[in-house]
Amino acid sequence: MEHKLPELPYSKDALAPHLSAETLEFHHGKHHATYVANLNKLIPGTPFADLPIEEIVKKAPAGPIFNNAAQVYNHTFYFLRLSPKGGGAPAGKLGAAIQKEFGSFEEFQKKFTETAMNTFGSGWAWLVRDKDGRLHLRSTSNAGCPLTAGETPILTCDVWEHAYYIDYRNARAKYLEAFWKIVDWKKAAENF
Amino acid sequence: MFTLPELPYSHEALEPYIDKRTMEIHHGAHHAGYVNNLNKALEGLPPALSGMVIEQLMRNLSEIPEPKRTAVRNNGGGHFNHSLFWTVLGPGKGGKPSGDLAGAIDKAFGSFEKFKETFEAASMGRFGSGWAWLSIKDGKLLVHSTPNQDNPLMDGSGVPILGLDVWEHAYYLKYQNKRADYVKAFWNLVNWDEVARRYAQAVRR
Repeated sequence: MEHKLPELPYSKDALAPHLSAETLEFHHGKHHATYVANLNKLIPGTPFADLPIEEIVKKAPAGPIFNNAAQVYNHTFYFLRLSPKGGGAPAGKLGAAIQKEFGSFEEFQKKFTETAMNTFGSGWAWLVRDKDGRLHLRSTSNAGCPLTAGETPILTCDVWEHAYYIDYRNARAKYLEAFWKIVDWKKAAENF
Repeated sequence: MFTLPELPYSHEALEPYIDKRTMEIHHGAHHAGYVNNLNKALEGLPPALSGMVIEQLMRNLSEIPEPKRTAVRNNGGGHFNHSLFWTVLGPGKGGKPSGDLAGAIDKAFGSFEKFKETFEAASMGRFGSGWAWLSIKDGKLLVHSTPNQDNPLMDGSGVPILGLDVWEHAYYLKYQNKRADYVKAFWNLVNWDEVARRYAQAVRR
């Protein structure tokens, strides 16, 4: 089964000034696209050839197939939860659960930002739901993905330097400030 | 207290292979950040620990108390690795090693070309952030890589004499996703005299 690079649900310049068109051209058009191309080269003739992306992520041992599959999944998850109409705070059940788990939306934002800032090297910060429905913050290294721990991702922030270096250089904190203005909470709530 | 070493050349000296802006941020923000955060992490530790020179600190991370160990590992590694990196680069360098080092490279890898291939493979194979190294262990040369700001002194896998930073911050402004082009460009900058000096020093130990 050939995996495809998902199209972005917004134009490349739609997230500016928070994320530039140039960043999206590289991040989606090169990095994400390369993970898809690598995965398609790696899986033919393996037990992963016909599996959907989530299953590959859950089943592949550490190594190139896992790295590329998880990076395909992680990037798709990330890009689809950003929007030029994003930002603000979540409403409904997810909003209530965040309040309950973290005390307030502001407290959640602070803790999520800390998780992203403290991820040393390349990786991802996540809001996830465990199998009992409770919310947690997670940090994964490199291609790490919460699916492998049996958790359901709700929101993620890519903190590989390629996600923000063109726009923010070493200032990861500035990228996080911008991230909150483009989070698509409606889409994020779908997995809750 | 650790201090940020000055670059042994100007920010633009490594053009066109590494651009001025990259050098300014890489040295003045990334490396400086590791030095500041290392000093912060060492605050309050007894002088026997906080007074170690950086190589000693790298070899003795297990002596750092647990709540501070990760910060010392990440930031101390960042300081050691970048300090080595600046010295093994230089304007108008490149070419090939000579003398004892050249002989040792031929002996360990077959030829200088084979060594370059092995080193490039280690640089390209490091997924995420990290470093590729040429190190010496028990008198023999080896090529390997480490994740993030780890280095071969930490686990005793070797004494590094040449290192290449493959964090995206090392090349993104000029090469973006094309790490392979950055790795190729690196060969034009290697200061083999400095690598040979480090080799001779490591052999004598």
